[in-house]
Amino acid sequence: MRIDRVGRLCGDIEKSCADIGRLIQVMEVCGTHTVALFRLGIRSLLPKNLKLLSGPGCPVCVTEQAYIDTVIELACRDDCIIATYGDMLRVPGRETSLEKLARANIRIVLSADDAVKLAQQHPGKTIVFVAVGFETTTPATAVAIQQAAEFELENFAVLCGHKRVLPAMETLLSGRNDKIDAFLCPGHVSVIIGSDAYRPLAERFKRPCVVAGFEAEQILEGLAEICSQIEKNAPSVGSVYSLAVSPQGNKIAQSLIEKFFEPCDGPWRGLGNIPQGCLKLKSQYGRFDAARRFGLTMEDCPEPAGCLCGQVLCGLLDPAGCPLFGKKCAPDHPVGPCMVSTEGACAAWYKYGPER
Amino acid sequence: MCLAVPATIVELDGDKAVADAMGNRWNIRTTLVPDAKVGDIVLVHAGFAITTIDRRQAVETWELFEQIEQFRRQEERANEN
Repeated sequence: MRIDRVGRLCGDIEKSCADIGRLIQVMEVCGTHTVALFRLGIRSLLPKNLKLLSGPGCPVCVTEQAYIDTVIELACRDDCIIATYGDMLRVPGRETSLEKLARANIRIVLSADDAVKLAQQHPGKTIVFVAVGFETTTPATAVAIQQAAEFELENFAVLCGHKRVLPAMETLLSGRNDKIDAFLCPGHVSVIIGSDAYRPLAERFKRPCVVAGFEAEQILEGLAEICSQIEKNAPSVGSVYSLAVSPQGNKIAQSLIEKFFEPCDGPWRGLGNIPQGCLKLKSQYGRFDAARRFGLTMEDCPEPAGCLCGQVLCGLLDPAGCPLFGKKCAPDHPVGPCMVSTEGACAAWYKYGPER
Repeated sequence: MCLAVPATIVELDGDKAVADAMGNRWNIRTTLVPDAKVGDIVLVHAGFAITTIDRRQAVETWELFEQIEQFRRQEERANEN
């Protein structure tokens, strides 16, 4: 990190914000950005009229409770092995979490690939892969299904909870929170979908959408670009992460997603129904759908009493504004989803403190 | 789940690869970046390379991880005292 460059970028941001002369609210969509902004101390470097809102970009946080309960239901069956990314273990369902359930058939995997290996090693059990995450993890699930099909594995299934970032951003601007002035777009999702994917959103809502990486310089560069666009009243798509993100994205990953999944309306925890915001398996791959195989339906369930994660995820409330924050709800006894994941807005605020 | 790490491909057989980041090695797949070669630096996310990146950027990220790790150790020591 070059200190002089950081200083110059901060100066640019300050100058733009002074010229704009009103409150500017920038939403960082990605949970990794939320944590990086705190960790790197960037929030304290910004002018007072530039407010950062933590958006719905942590897949653990936006996975609905009914999904968790369904995973728990499957984990209680002796004929299933649950293969899950580690982040999902602590998320509370209505009564318990996978961690508290502590059954031997719950296995942590680092990759969807490992879930396929489990299926090969345990032919007598059905391996259910807990398929959550945005466009970054969806291609891995697609590859896993492709392999399971190739190896004719009948004991591999996925419980599909994959979500699409763009429809959620669109829903936010379509009424949930029209005070969002710009988006700092997620770096790794953008590696897959490409920076051009934000173009319709930027044009329709006239909001800057700027893709940034996760280092201090890249984040500041992204914010400087956003402020400059607002100052010039020229909202568009920008990328300051061009070494990893191309305008078109990773076409192979995109075509794998399209081959196995199709967009559908569905719930995001805290946000409710997001039109086209979820993915489901295409019917020709229905045999790999765990929900279908076990005849499971996920019922809506209300958020825990008093939990304001929904407002936090929309950028309408700072975590500290929730009456449960730090009292009834803390990282070692989370009530709402934003406190569970280390990349959740509430957990980040709890750990690093609101700097203002 | 969301953390992506830059790593060097040190072995490659079809789309199965061994990746190395700061001496840590693990198995990854290059299904999504079929042009990747041994010696290339890729961004690895949930066991899959999602793009190739340039060396300078990777080195900066490794340095950042090192700084975060040092910061974490300092915090731990501060908490112990």
